[in-house]
Amino acid sequence: MLSLKFVGQTLVIAAVFLGPVNCWSATPTNILVMAKSLDDLITLDPAEAFEFSGTEIIGNLYDRLFEANRVGPGEPTPSLAQSWSVSEDGRSYEFLLKEGPVFENGRPVSAFDVVFSLRRSVILNKTPSFILSQLGFTKQNVGARVRAIDARRFVLETDRDYAPSLVMNILSSAMTSIVDREVVLAHEQDGDLGHEWLRSHSAGSGPFRLHRWNVGEYVMLEANHEYPNASTKIERFVIRDIREPATQRLMLIRGDIDIARDLGPDQIAALAEEPGIATWSAPQARIFYMALNQKNPILALTQVQLAIRYSIDYQNIVRHLLPGRAEVHQAFLPKGFIGALKETPFVLDTARARRLLIEAGHGKGFSIKADVRSDPLALQIAQAIQASLAEAGIVMDLQPGDGKQVLTKYRARRHDVYLGYWGPDYLDPHSNAAAFARNVNNANDAVDKTLAWRNSWEIPDITRRTDEATLVRDPSDRAEAYRKLQRSLQTNSPFIILFQERALFAMRKEVTGLEVGLTADQIRYERVSK
Amino acid sequence: MTDLQRNSIGSKKSHLSQQSAHARGNAAEPALLIRPSFIVRLGFCITRVARALASIVVTIIGLLLVTFMIGRVIPVDPVLAVVGDQASPESYAAARAEMGLDQPLLVQVVMYFGKLGRGDLGTSTLTRRPIVEDIALYFPATLELATLATIFGIILGIPAGVYSAARRGRLPDHVIRIISLFGYSMPTFWLGMIGLLVLYAKLGWIAGPGRIDILYDGMVPTVTRLLLVDSLLAGNFRAFASACAHIALPSAILGYFSMAYIARMTRSFMIDQLTQDHIVAARAKGLSEGRVIWRHALGNAAVPLVTVVALSYGSLLEGSVLTETVFAWPGLGLYLTNALLSADMNAVLGATIVIGLVFLGLNLVTDAIYSWIDPRAK
Repeated sequence: MLSLKFVGQTLVIAAVFLGPVNCWSATPTNILVMAKSLDDLITLDPAEAFEFSGTEIIGNLYDRLFEANRVGPGEPTPSLAQSWSVSEDGRSYEFLLKEGPVFENGRPVSAFDVVFSLRRSVILNKTPSFILSQLGFTKQNVGARVRAIDARRFVLETDRDYAPSLVMNILSSAMTSIVDREVVLAHEQDGDLGHEWLRSHSAGSGPFRLHRWNVGEYVMLEANHEYPNASTKIERFVIRDIREPATQRLMLIRGDIDIARDLGPDQIAALAEEPGIATWSAPQARIFYMALNQKNPILALTQVQLAIRYSIDYQNIVRHLLPGRAEVHQAFLPKGFIGALKETPFVLDTARARRLLIEAGHGKGFSIKADVRSDPLALQIAQAIQASLAEAGIVMDLQPGDGKQVLTKYRARRHDVYLGYWGPDYLDPHSNAAAFARNVNNANDAVDKTLAWRNSWEIPDITRRTDEATLVRDPSDRAEAYRKLQRSLQTNSPFIILFQERALFAMRKEVTGLEVGLTADQIRYERVSK
Repeated sequence: MTDLQRNSIGSKKSHLSQQSAHARGNAAEPALLIRPSFIVRLGFCITRVARALASIVVTIIGLLLVTFMIGRVIPVDPVLAVVGDQASPESYAAARAEMGLDQPLLVQVVMYFGKLGRGDLGTSTLTRRPIVEDIALYFPATLELATLATIFGIILGIPAGVYSAARRGRLPDHVIRIISLFGYSMPTFWLGMIGLLVLYAKLGWIAGPGRIDILYDGMVPTVTRLLLVDSLLAGNFRAFASACAHIALPSAILGYFSMAYIARMTRSFMIDQLTQDHIVAARAKGLSEGRVIWRHALGNAAVPLVTVVALSYGSLLEGSVLTETVFAWPGLGLYLTNALLSADMNAVLGATIVIGLVFLGLNLVTDAIYSWIDPRAK
C-alpha cells in the first residue's frame, strides 16, 4: 500500500526527473544548418514553385540560362547559356549552351533538356507560368516556338520584338530552371511530365541536390561536387523549419544552427552584443506601399493623394520601427532594378497637406478605412501613418485582418485604403510596371486584375506607355522610359510607395560566403563555408 | 409514494450498501441474483456497440457539416492560398475548378461526403498532398508528445492532488495549490520559452527544438512514425536517447499543464470523498490512513478523475499550436492552424475528423474504464 511519505518522495524525484542530461550543441564543420520558417514551402518543382522558400531552394538545386545580376542593376549574366543572337525582327533568339555543366547524375545538360524544361513550364500552366507565357507562348504553340537545333543550340521565338533585356531577365527566373528531361520523364504519371515526383525530388545541375525533405522539420541538400566553383567544404546544407524567431535566436547562440533567417530588429540588436555572432542586412526587392481605391471619390482627387503623401513621416518610421529592416523608397521599382529611382521627394509636411486638402474642398478632413495584415510590423507602420494623417485632419480607421482575408477584400475592390507588401516576380522592371501601371480593362469581370485594376484606376495612356517600354531595345532608353513612368506615378496615382525592405541575417562568425540578391531565388549557398 | 420515488430510494439503498461493502474492504461481494445468459449478454454488447457507432457517425457528420459551412462563409478566398496573389486569371480559374469551388454549395457537400464514403479525405490545397498522408505525417508527433505529457500529468497530478487534499489547509496543500495554479494559468508558450532559455540555452541540460538531432537523419526506419518507438524498434539507442532529450522539455511543459489540471481536480474530488460517511466508517474500523485515502477515497473519486484525464489527453491530442511552434514540433496543431489561416478546408475537415474521432474514441475508452472501476456504471 502506498504511503503518503512514499508519495512525497515520488513527487520530489519526479520534480527532478529531467535532471541534467548534459546535451551539448555545435554543428559539424562539414554540415551547415540554417533556421528558417518553411511554412510556405509546398513544392520544389520549378514549374510550380512561386513561394519564397521554394524559389530560394530551387535556385540552389537548378541552373538557368541566365543568372540575375546580384551586384547591381543591369542585364543578367550567362549561366548555362554561352552566347546568343537575336534576329533582325527581334523575335527569334538562338542560344548556344556551355559545354561542361552536368546534372546530378553526371549526364551533360543539353539543349533538349532546356527545350523540354521551358515547354514543360508553359504546358503545366502552374502559377508562375505567366512569366514565360507573356512572351507569347501557349500550350499549343510552345512546341513550335521553342525548339532544339542540336545538343547545344536551340531557338526561342517570341510573339513581339520585346527588349532583349526583358527576355534575358525572364530566362533568369526560377521557373525557367533546367530539369533533367530523362529523369523527369522516367517518373511521369498520367502525362503529368513528372510533376508529382519533382515536387519532392530534384533533377538539376545546380550546386546542390535534394537529399531529403521531411515536411515540417527540415530540407537537407547535398553538395554536387561536379558543380563548377562550388564550395567543397560543406557536404550538407540543412534548412530547419523553425518558425519562432525567439527559438531561432536561442539555437544560434547555442550553436545548434549556423544561420538564423527570421529574426526581428530587436533580436538582431540584442545579438549584436553576443560574441561569436555576426549580423547584417541586405536590400530586398519587396516594397511596402499604400493603395487608394479610386472608387472612393475623395481618394480619386489628386490633391488628396498628394496631401496623404505629405502626411507620412517616412524617415521617423524607418528610424524607429524599421531600423536595418527597410529604407525609405518612393517609386514602384526597387533599388537594384533597371530604371529604379533613388530620389525621395516626399517628406512629412503637415501644413502643406492641410493646404492641399483645402484646395480639394476637404479642409475639414475626412474619414477612411484602411485594411492591413495583422502582422506586428505592418500594424506598427499602419498605426504610425494613422497618427500622422490625423495631424492633417484625415481619420484613418485601421481594419487589421489575416493576410488572406485582407487580400480577398483587396482583390474584390472593396477597400478604401490597402497597406501591404509587393514583391516582383522576376528581375525586370516590367514585372512591377505591369502591376502598378497597367490596367487594360477596368470592368469588374476583367481578366487582368493588376494592382491598378484592384484600385479601379483607369489609365489607358499609362497602360500604353507600360506596354511600349517592353519593346524599347536600347537598355538606357528602356531605363529612362521606366524612370518617366515612375515619376508620373509619384505625382498622380493611387499608389504611395513607402519603403523598400531589407533582409536581416544573423550567423555564427565563422560562417562566410552566403550570397544574397534582391529576390529569394538569388540567395545562394554554394560558396558558404565555416 | 410513486414508483419513481420508490426506485430512487431503492437505488440509494443499493448505493449505500455497495459503499459499505467497499468500506469493509470488499470482504463480502454482493451476490448476483440473476446471471444473464450468454445470448442476453451478447445482445447487450451488440446493442451498446451499435449505439456507440451510430453516435460516432452522427457526431462526425454533424461536426463536418458545421465545419464545412463555416469554411464556406469565412471571408477568405481559398483559391488565393493555392495560386498566390499574382496568378494569371487562367491559373486562378483552373485552380478554382479543380477545388470544386465553381459548383453550388450543396453539390460541394455531396461531393465531399461521397469521397469521404470511399475513404478519400481529399487533397490539401496548401501542401497538395492527400489529407490522409498529411495527417499520417503530423499526427504521430502530436500523439507522442501528448501521450508523454499525459503520463507525466497522471504520475504527478494524481498523487499531488491526493496529498494536497489529505493535508488540506496545511503547507503542502498551499504549495501544491500554488504550483498547480501557476501551471494552469501560465501560457505554455511563455513556459516553453523560459524553459528553452534556462535549460537549453543557459544550462545545456536538454536538447533544443525539433524531434531528434539532425545527425540521425535517415538512421531510424519509419514504422509507426513515433520516433521513440521507431528508434527502439530499430535498436538504435543513441537515436532513442536523442529523441528523449528532445521531447523531454516540451512534454514536461505540456505535462505540467496537464498535471496542474489533474491535481486541482483530484484535490477537489478527494476533499468531497474524505467527508463522506463511508470514509468515517472506514476510519472508525481502524483502517490505516493510507488505505482509507488510496483505496476508499481515491477509489470512489476515480470515476470523475477518468473523465478529467480523458479530457486533458483529448485537448493535448488536438495539438498545442504554441508549444509546437516554440519547439519546432511538426504536430497536428501547427498543421491545423496553417490550414485554417490558408482556408485549406479539406485539411481543416480532415483534422476535424481526426480530432472528433480522438474525442469519441476517448469517450468510449472512458466508458469502458467506468464499467471496469465501478460496476454500477454497467
